[in-house]
Amino acid sequence: MKSTKATLITGATWIIAVTYFFPVAWMFINSFKTENDAASLTPKFIFTPTLEGFSRLADRGMVDYLTNSLMASVISTALVLLLAIPAAYALSVRPIVKVQDALFFFISTRFMPAAASILPLFIIFKNLRVLDNIFALSLVYAAMNLPIAIWMMRSFLSEVPHEVIEASRIDGANFETELWSVVLPIVLPGIAAVALICFIFSWNEYFFSVLLTSANAKTTPPFLASFVDGRGQFLAVLSAASTVAALPVILAGWFAQKQLVRGLAMGAVK
Amino acid sequence: MASGTKIEQQAKSATKEKFLPRKLIAPALIFSIALTQVPFLVTIYFSLREWNLLKPQEKAFAGIDNYIYVFKTGDLLPAIIATVGLTAFSVVCSLLVGLFFAVLLDRKFRGQSIARTLIITPFLIMPAASALIWKFSMFDTNIGIINFVVQKLGFSAIGWSTQYPYISVIILLTWQYAPFMMLILLSGLQSQSREVLEAASVDRAGVLRTFAFITLPHLRQYIEIAILLGTIMLLQAFDPIAIMTKGTGGTKTLAYLLYERAFVGMNVGQAAAYGVVTVILTIIVATISLRSLFKVFISGVSK
Repeated sequence: MKSTKATLITGATWIIAVTYFFPVAWMFINSFKTENDAASLTPKFIFTPTLEGFSRLADRGMVDYLTNSLMASVISTALVLLLAIPAAYALSVRPIVKVQDALFFFISTRFMPAAASILPLFIIFKNLRVLDNIFALSLVYAAMNLPIAIWMMRSFLSEVPHEVIEASRIDGANFETELWSVVLPIVLPGIAAVALICFIFSWNEYFFSVLLTSANAKTTPPFLASFVDGRGQFLAVLSAASTVAALPVILAGWFAQKQLVRGLAMGAVK
Repeated sequence: MASGTKIEQQAKSATKEKFLPRKLIAPALIFSIALTQVPFLVTIYFSLREWNLLKPQEKAFAGIDNYIYVFKTGDLLPAIIATVGLTAFSVVCSLLVGLFFAVLLDRKFRGQSIARTLIITPFLIMPAASALIWKFSMFDTNIGIINFVVQKLGFSAIGWSTQYPYISVIILLTWQYAPFMMLILLSGLQSQSREVLEAASVDRAGVLRTFAFITLPHLRQYIEIAILLGTIMLLQAFDPIAIMTKGTGGTKTLAYLLYERAFVGMNVGQAAAYGVVTVILTIIVATISLRSLFKVFISGVSK
């Protein structure tokens, strides 16, 4: 009796999981179709697969946009780590007074809508002639991800056993040694989680990229929308582009689910 | 003499010690202020000026004219309602769906981790790609899968993103964010003490009673965190609106309205005024929710 019920629930769970995943699977399937097959009124599950959609991506210069995305994500993530690790260290291992105020400030900047800063950024960038510049965009992404990174980093750092740090201090380790050879190796998995999440947020970002870049520095998300041209059929090529754009993050997320949860809950969930 | 230098050194390293935390946090603080707070101050300044990018010669001091315009045209209230409504509905829907998934996945069964992997994928997909895929392969009147199913069931096709843009955006956002809620709630469920649950089942407390009186109170902290983080992310959702509905049918949020004013209408002054109003509203909402939920966070972090 009990096992039948369990089987039923398991079956239902599987049906729900597969249905929930379906739009992603459909995108993947559509990316291997010809435009005619993709636009069929009766959804086609059996068809002759083609790489036509993918080869059209190359013609449209998708590699350049992917490169831009990669650069913006890597540069901003590196910058975020550089700023966040010392700051989080100051907030956890060597707490200063008003830790809560500092934390509150950082998290509140994340609440601040992009609307608050986009206009001046646009105009300042324009005047400095760095509109449509991948480094300028990276700076914005770093500012966007910094609060989250500090929060996550702080929670990872606060897990470092105090005895370890005390011991290194008694051994006369100065601050640099303490940070580099005692603390950082312990929190390396945490740093990887923070880096992954910052990378994902930058890779997927749309709003700033649409507004602050055009021909040279445009990243992948705004490029996707360019396949929608109103006339003609575009679902196959759009699906191919979306698959290529989404795949890196999907794979990274699949393999790092645990770190993702810890990081995204910003350490509030153990 | 030797001991004197030692004391000096100690005193020196003590002051160094004292200022070290500040030195460590300063770069992050300065960077953050330079890229978020300073631009906001500039936005306030812009909002007091008459400035249209199409008429660069006619810059002038406008006083509160832009604000009068913002409150008079009547775009503001609908935008506030759209922002709050879309955020609230999406947070609640994704929380409920996420809770449902978390309960399903908390059981041990064959392939559990694969099922979980399938379910979290929508959260990982690039939001712009999700919006496009849903618009053109799910919601589309002619070739959309949903309409194919709807028609098979004997109804006529529905123009989801054109006829029901509001619901379409909520469906899309829920699909994207429910996995996120699920991940947080699932780790909450898994941190439950097995003994308490076993005791409950020995006492013949029903499944529903156990859930309502033991699991839910235990999950409370996790639910609060999920709501807080979900609100932060969903308040800023721009992609689905820009891509799927272009602000039609009650989906013109503050962010989209500002975008329209600034980058389509080219009116910097007015757009900045919208920006300032948006920030003030966000601060009000954020302070209320942050202050109440912040306690949870601090207690969770500093154990």
